[in-house]
Amino acid sequence: MDFELSDEQRAIQSLCRDFAQSEVRPRAEAMDAAAEFPYDLVKKMADLGLMGLPFPEEYGGAGADTVSYALAICELARVDASTAITVAAHVSLGSTPFFLFGTEEQKRKYLVPCARGEMLWGFGLTEPQAGSDAGGARTRAELRDGSWVINGTKAFITNSGTEITGGTTITAITGTDERGRPELSNIIVPQDTPGFTRSKQYNKMGWRASDTRELAFQDAVVPVENLLGERGKGLHQFLKILDGGRISVAALSVGLAMGAYDEALKYAKERHQFGRAISKFQAIQFKLADMLCEIEHAKLMVLKAAWEKDTGRDFAMSASLAKLYSGEVSGRVVNDAVQIHGGYGFMDEYPVSRMYRDQKINEIGEGTNEIQRLVIARLMGL
Amino acid sequence: MKIVVTVKLVPDTTADKRIDPATKRLVRTGETVLNPFDEYAIEAALQLKEKLGAETTVTVVTMAPERGKEVVRKALAMGADDALMLSDPGCEGSDVMGTAYALAGAIAKNGFDLVVCGTQSTDAITGELPGALAEFLGVPGLTYVRKLEIDGTTLRAERETDSGFLKVTTGLPAVVSVTKSINEPRYPSLKGIMGAKKKTIAPLTLAELALEHPIGSGGAKTELVALTDPPARGKGKVVEVSSGAEGAKVIMDFLHAKKLI
Ligand SMILES: Cc1cc2nc3c(=O)[nH]c(=O)nc-3n(C[C@H](O)[C@H](O)[C@H](O)COP(=O)(O)OP(=O)(O)OC[C@H]3O[C@@H](n4cnc5c(N)ncnc54)[C@H](O)[C@@H]3O)c2cc1C
Ligand SMILES: Cc1cc2nc3c(=O)[nH]c(=O)nc-3n(C[C@H](O)[C@H](O)[C@H](O)COP(=O)(O)OP(=O)(O)OC[C@H]3O[C@@H](n4cnc5c(N)ncnc54)[C@H](O)[C@@H]3O)c2cc1C
Repeated sequence: MDFELSDEQRAIQSLCRDFAQSEVRPRAEAMDAAAEFPYDLVKKMADLGLMGLPFPEEYGGAGADTVSYALAICELARVDASTAITVAAHVSLGSTPFFLFGTEEQKRKYLVPCARGEMLWGFGLTEPQAGSDAGGARTRAELRDGSWVINGTKAFITNSGTEITGGTTITAITGTDERGRPELSNIIVPQDTPGFTRSKQYNKMGWRASDTRELAFQDAVVPVENLLGERGKGLHQFLKILDGGRISVAALSVGLAMGAYDEALKYAKERHQFGRAISKFQAIQFKLADMLCEIEHAKLMVLKAAWEKDTGRDFAMSASLAKLYSGEVSGRVVNDAVQIHGGYGFMDEYPVSRMYRDQKINEIGEGTNEIQRLVIARLMGL
Repeated sequence: MKIVVTVKLVPDTTADKRIDPATKRLVRTGETVLNPFDEYAIEAALQLKEKLGAETTVTVVTMAPERGKEVVRKALAMGADDALMLSDPGCEGSDVMGTAYALAGAIAKNGFDLVVCGTQSTDAITGELPGALAEFLGVPGLTYVRKLEIDGTTLRAERETDSGFLKVTTGLPAVVSVTKSINEPRYPSLKGIMGAKKKTIAPLTLAELALEHPIGSGGAKTELVALTDPPARGKGKVVEVSSGAEGAKVIMDFLHAKKLI
């Protein structure tokens, strides 16, 4: 077994660490306070090739592997979860569907500018009445005169309403299958589609500098060729997309936990009570030791899932295990990180307070903890 | 035009540095990075290449153990064309003169019009290597350059001094060392990182250079006689005052007494 990263993996990790520390970190607090989407940072990340990191060069990507991608998300999340999710959602949810299921023409038209970071793209599965039960989507797309006519609502869609968003791929009911159940398909909806509107940004507890909106479709019309891949394969497609997405959100959880640990360790050495640094108290040392132990465990799980994907293995189980575990670890770690900061940890001036707020979504987005357990049980054959 | 950039492998700048009392050498087992000052040298060379066009090449050269490949790759990922790597156990223990002499051998063998160095390393920090390199190569050496232009075979530079700057002109070939005010180094792009493995890192040994004088610990003209830890910083002075105004006065008096204001 070889735990050594390749030269490229190390170089990408180090680039992302430098970029996150020098460009993102100084801005994270202000972006969070103002719920400001960082267009300039996205532009810089696009120029570096981060927005298309795992896609082949022929489609505008950097041709890096999943391990590198996980390391990149981890380094970004270590300083700012909002920036990390902007990249992770764009790559895993927005762009990957084109790569996996798009026709050659769709790849040229959408994947190439997405991978180059010239535009962002959303993936709209969740609806106000259909979250964990995503198959229960109600949004409909009817084929009329060679066009899809879409009606319905999507909720909580990341990257769907920025000034550089090109559109969102949505899951919709396109008919009924032979057994009378709703037939789901994925449809590409460009931003300028008539009848397609976005709400204002939600006012969120965390991920405040990332863009999340509600989408409304009222007789929104797109051409028939905007169907992604095969008709009726919507469910199968989004399950595949979510499998891969889990690796990146798991990496995001690990990164966030690492960032909270970094802050807690630093603070514990600086803060003096009872005449010595609080890091000299065993109670604090044990918390820090537990944090490091759990972070290491979660990190190895994420990298193993990424490695399985890169080597063509079935990675669904590992990805789900990693997503569940790292999400919960990030919760325990941010909790203890704030505890170690005492009252200061409750103040906005300290990054751990933002990390504490940013963490909760790790256990909800892209499949809640409960749904992960369900997926895992199903993969066990139960 | 052939531009050569010297790059050094140094211990991670944020890590604690330790010197082995037995060998009196820096312990280099921890994380290592590209000498941050050399990023400015690489950037300066790349900007010249972008101005001068495709016939211009940027070659990085380093004298370092095998693991130095990592910093060479970073330079290649930033955009350098190829690399020369002098990696030889015989280099161990070289002083500034030895290092400059060996690097001069490698650079002369490769051919060059301009050599760009960082101002200093972050480990030994002598800042002497660029001057020594110019001497061994027998070309003009311009240190502390904050602005650099090439016009045909004329090099125009601004050299920083303690009180201002000097405008200097020289012909090529030449050696310059650049300061941090010359540019803002680029990040290596993903494309650059992925492309770096296709670029050549040519290995060089001392035997191939066939130097006249010995280098390494045997050839060192300097000897580290003694070393001590920097004195531990004493406790700061704590003054108890009853009001902000009184406190401000104490601070002002202290600064005046130290002639700091
Ligand atoms: C900031 C943010 C960004 C998001 N971005 C996107 C995006 O880009 N695209 C997208 O499509 N969606 C996105 N989502 C939606 C997200 O994926 C859903 O919120 C999530 O899947 C949960 O769905 P829900 O909110 O409807 O909760 P529900 O499904 O209503 O769940 C409520 C609770 O019930 C539990 N529960 C539900 N079913 C079961 C069960 N069978 N057994 C046990 N417990 C169960 C859940 O675990 C949860 O605790 C985003 C959400 C947020 C908050
Ligand atoms: C703690 C310590 C103290 C030392 N003190 C002395 C001393 O007093 N006298 C002495 O002669 N030697 C000394 N050495 C040895 C010294 O590290 C090496 O000889 C080294 O190459 C000298 O240059 P520098 O690092 O000071 O480079 P500087 O002159 O500070 O660096 C300027 C530039 O030269 C280039 N450069 C430097 N080294 C290399 C390299 N190996 N490969 C490619 N480019 C390079 C880089 O572009 C760098 O930015 C010391 C070493 C250590 C660890």
